[in-house]
Amino acid sequence: MTALVIEDVAKNFGGVSALRGVSLSLEAGERLVMLGPNGAGKTTLFHTIAGTIIATSGKISLFGDDITNMPPDARARRGLARTFQITNLFPSLTVLQNILLAICGAREITFQFLRSMESRRDLQARARELLEQWGLAASADQTVRNLSYGEQRQIEVVMALSGEPRLLLLDEPTAGLSPAETLRVVEMVRKLPRNMTILMIEHDMDVAFEVAERVAVMHQGRLIAEGDEAAIRANKQVSDIYLGLE
Amino acid sequence: MRRLLLPWALAAIVFVALPYIVPDYYVGLVTKMLIFALFAMSLDLMIGYVGLASLGHAAFFGLGGYTVGLLGLKAHVSEWIALPAGVLVATLGGVLFAFLALRARGSYFLMITLALAQVVWGIAFGWRTLTGGDDGLPGIKRPTFFISLADQTAFYYFVVLLVGLSAIALTMIVRSPFGLALLGIRESETRMRALGFNVWRHQFVAFVFAAAFAGLAGALFVYQNKFVNPAFLHVVMSAEALIMVILGGVGTLLGPAIGAGLIIFLEDFISSQTQRWLLILGIIYVVTTLFAPRGLIGLYRDFVARRSKP
Repeated sequence: MTALVIEDVAKNFGGVSALRGVSLSLEAGERLVMLGPNGAGKTTLFHTIAGTIIATSGKISLFGDDITNMPPDARARRGLARTFQITNLFPSLTVLQNILLAICGAREITFQFLRSMESRRDLQARARELLEQWGLAASADQTVRNLSYGEQRQIEVVMALSGEPRLLLLDEPTAGLSPAETLRVVEMVRKLPRNMTILMIEHDMDVAFEVAERVAVMHQGRLIAEGDEAAIRANKQVSDIYLGLE
Repeated sequence: MRRLLLPWALAAIVFVALPYIVPDYYVGLVTKMLIFALFAMSLDLMIGYVGLASLGHAAFFGLGGYTVGLLGLKAHVSEWIALPAGVLVATLGGVLFAFLALRARGSYFLMITLALAQVVWGIAFGWRTLTGGDDGLPGIKRPTFFISLADQTAFYYFVVLLVGLSAIALTMIVRSPFGLALLGIRESETRMRALGFNVWRHQFVAFVFAAAFAGLAGALFVYQNKFVNPAFLHVVMSAEALIMVILGGVGTLLGPAIGAGLIIFLEDFISSQTQRWLLILGIIYVVTTLFAPRGLIGLYRDFVARRSKP
């Protein structure tokens, strides 16, 4: 089954074309990393998939459903989860509460007034289990604001995957991390269940090949190359962008 | 659970015993404190939980009040209908205002709510034949629910009961998954959308809840005063509630209740000494924002945190 189909998607901001007709598709369970220099249009494409920006033209489908014009929350309810390039958590809530909200969102536990959150043992247990699994159990009851940047980046990823999404979008999860922390996040992504489809944006080519078998390269709003490690490393245009022109 | 039960039980004992201890005048004053505690708590559902600062909350307080007053005085409707109708009209006002105001955020939301409330105030002020204009509606009777509540002590117990039940309902709301979602929205709307929450719908429901409880407070205050006038709807009323919330501590329910009690007490005390109550209120606001931005609850929590550290 095809998880994500992007057909000829374009986005103009006034006179500026950020995306000039991008087509791409991901099979269920596939992992694709999107590479490209700054301003290539990676993040804009990411936004059109997540719903924070609506494409000017073209079509995007998620597991067969047309989501091109859907608001972000409707896409999330169809099994799409995302992280943010600039850490976007609930800073004055605890780590546990952050994860609980992610679980509630995915399970559509939304307008429930009668039972307290604390008495929802099922949700509490699931949230603690996730934190345990990703090595964040020690900080469960800490306020997110008081954690290190590296830990916050990890929570960013755990939040996105705690709803067990069908398609996970990762927007530069390693942005601003030290080499050791980058390794931790890369390990996290590699450990994700194989049936989870992943589209990840990355700056660093080495990180990209660590995570995915297939890589797509964007430049000036277009997809210029797509393929496995050998094909991308051999591509003249890609090496020009990454080594020559930049 | 036991940790929570004790303060509630203590509060219940104090409130039940109060009329036997203090003179009648103070029973009236505490009644007023309780009513404003409910009003301030309802406003904090908006400010402290969803993160929408409203300067028009008096509109719902006044809608509840005027509905009860008009139905009782002009239509001679039973209080069994008038009081629920007061809450209902305030709730419907909340629905309408939410549709209009929830397009905006931050200070724009503040301005829209202020403008909408001023429209309601303008109607109450201008429509003399119905509302009595600036003179308001005097001569409203206290209700009879099984027993007559004309006596201050009887009415006090009625208010204790309704405000207590409302406080329990509000506590349940903020502790529920819905309440946590409201905090999430306060912290980051974009993240909540990405998690699959319909942010607007949550804000809408919270807004309407807040309006309903404010309407109940307004209706009770009209019965307490036996009188309603446009001051119920005025921006000063909204601002006073806002200061109660800020003084007590934004983002808690107990804080605004304490803030309300304190402001009502000070208002009563200072108004008997000087005409300059609003000036004093302004000073309280400035001092709070400068020295205790998280309110009295914030100060208390800092104090506890400092003591627990060796």
